[in-house]
Amino acid sequence: MLPSIHSGRTGRQTRRTARGLLSLTHPNKELFRRQRALLRGAVPAGFPSPADDYVEQRISLDEHLIQHRESTFFMRVAGDSMRGLGIFDGDLLVVDRALPAEHGCVVIAVLDGEFTVKQLLHTAEGRVLRSAHPGYADMLIKPEQDFAIWGVVSWNIHKV
Amino acid sequence: MRAIALVDCNNFYVSCERLFQPKLEGKPVVVLSNNDGCVVSRSQEVRDLGIRMGVPWFQLKDLAKRHGIIALSSNYALYADISNRVMRLLSQCCPGQEIYSIDESFLDLTGMADLTAYAQTIRSTVKQCVGIPVCVGIAPSKTLAKLANHVAKKHKQFHGVCDFNTMTTRVMDNLLAKIEVGEVWGVGRQSTGRLQQMGIGSVLELKYGPAKRVRAEFGVVMERIVAELNGEACIGLDEVTPPRRQIICSRSFGMYVSSLDDLEQAVIAYTTRAAEKLRDQQSLAGGIQVCIRTNPHKEKDPQHQPSMLLPLFEPTDDTRLLCRAALSGLRQIYRSGYAYQKAGVILTEIIPATARPRTLFEDAAAQQRSASLMATLDRINRRMGSGTMQLLGEGVRKGWAMRRGNVSQRYTTEWGELAVVR
Repeated sequence: MLPSIHSGRTGRQTRRTARGLLSLTHPNKELFRRQRALLRGAVPAGFPSPADDYVEQRISLDEHLIQHRESTFFMRVAGDSMRGLGIFDGDLLVVDRALPAEHGCVVIAVLDGEFTVKQLLHTAEGRVLRSAHPGYADMLIKPEQDFAIWGVVSWNIHKV
Repeated sequence: MRAIALVDCNNFYVSCERLFQPKLEGKPVVVLSNNDGCVVSRSQEVRDLGIRMGVPWFQLKDLAKRHGIIALSSNYALYADISNRVMRLLSQCCPGQEIYSIDESFLDLTGMADLTAYAQTIRSTVKQCVGIPVCVGIAPSKTLAKLANHVAKKHKQFHGVCDFNTMTTRVMDNLLAKIEVGEVWGVGRQSTGRLQQMGIGSVLELKYGPAKRVRAEFGVVMERIVAELNGEACIGLDEVTPPRRQIICSRSFGMYVSSLDDLEQAVIAYTTRAAEKLRDQQSLAGGIQVCIRTNPHKEKDPQHQPSMLLPLFEPTDDTRLLCRAALSGLRQIYRSGYAYQKAGVILTEIIPATARPRTLFEDAAAQQRSASLMATLDRINRRMGSGTMQLLGEGVRKGWAMRRGNVSQRYTTEWGELAVVR
């Protein structure tokens, strides 16, 4: 009953019925008063909330961060190799497998059977995985290497 | 012509494991059943070694050591989530879908153009988005679609898609001649033997077999299978699974159990799970059967396999009432001095919740309280993870619980178990 998603009239009618029922059957006046206050969001009795007609679904992070529900996965970062792009140890990555792995994307790659998060570059010599940390050199992917793009990182969630 | 597609995930459980453990790619991998009993999913490398489905793991240990076979316990939380992703993607590909099992789905593609190419798009979409390889079989009936899928899996030159609708009858018959009749959907082991005695060994021989004799020997079900093999769609697409008439929850223990206390915990746990399924499909149960058994394969040990059906005073979906009934049954059938290996409960006389019969002594207020308590319980367990809130009787230590020696992380359903990237 609380966050009424009914629009306008229907919502008000339902509330009235609920209150009517309560007042008829509830022997405990004090409890009834408290319940009513809860049900009605502390608006004085008798007047419907002027916001009733404007109730909308609350904004959701899922909706904001997830473009494709079926192809989105979460992964946990270990290490500092991407800190130059604002991705730190312990951060939470939102990974979408449906996105194309374009030049400059941050991707989850599988290199010799292990997951790695790096920036992907398409160069004349071939594909390169670049870290965002001065201590790590670029990695040119050799043809004989076992390499695949697992997904594209669409967001990084960092605890402040 | 009707076009029914069967999309089937390739060695599904192994594929799910490989998605999050890429180092398993190219290696021989098996997934074992509950309690690490027997092989329930095999990678291609393992099939190539001639290891069959359902083989007990202990029989394989030597072979496994020699070939470096990696055995994983089943991780159903992961498989269920990946399956849901695959099924929802597939539902977006076509107007009609029947989810047939955790890794198979029928799609109705009737009226769509260039299906072979479309099926390839479906394959690459599922592979890209969820990372699971699938094969597609297309045919005018479900039975043929299953066989087309079998062909797509077996023969590399089809690149994962076999479309009977675009083949001449001769080409298709040649393929059917190479498949054993036991592969046909709905033909069990017994029927296979009897068909072979009649001289019907291949699918082709059944397709063009003596229709009258087949019908006389096996009845209408087999007649329908033959019609389906001839391209006549007799089995419709069940887009909505009908509510189950019986709900079973039974499992083997991780070790032998002989105390009543442990059995009671297990029975409460299984009843709780069955009651969740019951409420999920908005039904009530009128009775509950409880059974326990010792290991029938250990013939020298004393055997005891009792069961008891308990009618309920009125149909209910309340975990507490169902548990109370199950426990009273358990206490009556339990005998001390046996090593029990398995327990189970079966909910019977299932009716839709809307069809609850009125009784003279019913207590509307109590029913209301029970309904809201159960709804709250389900909501908490759905949001916070199953088992967050449970009856105390289920126990906390659960010494009897399943043995899962080598289970992977729940990469998609637990925050604490995400895959780690460097």
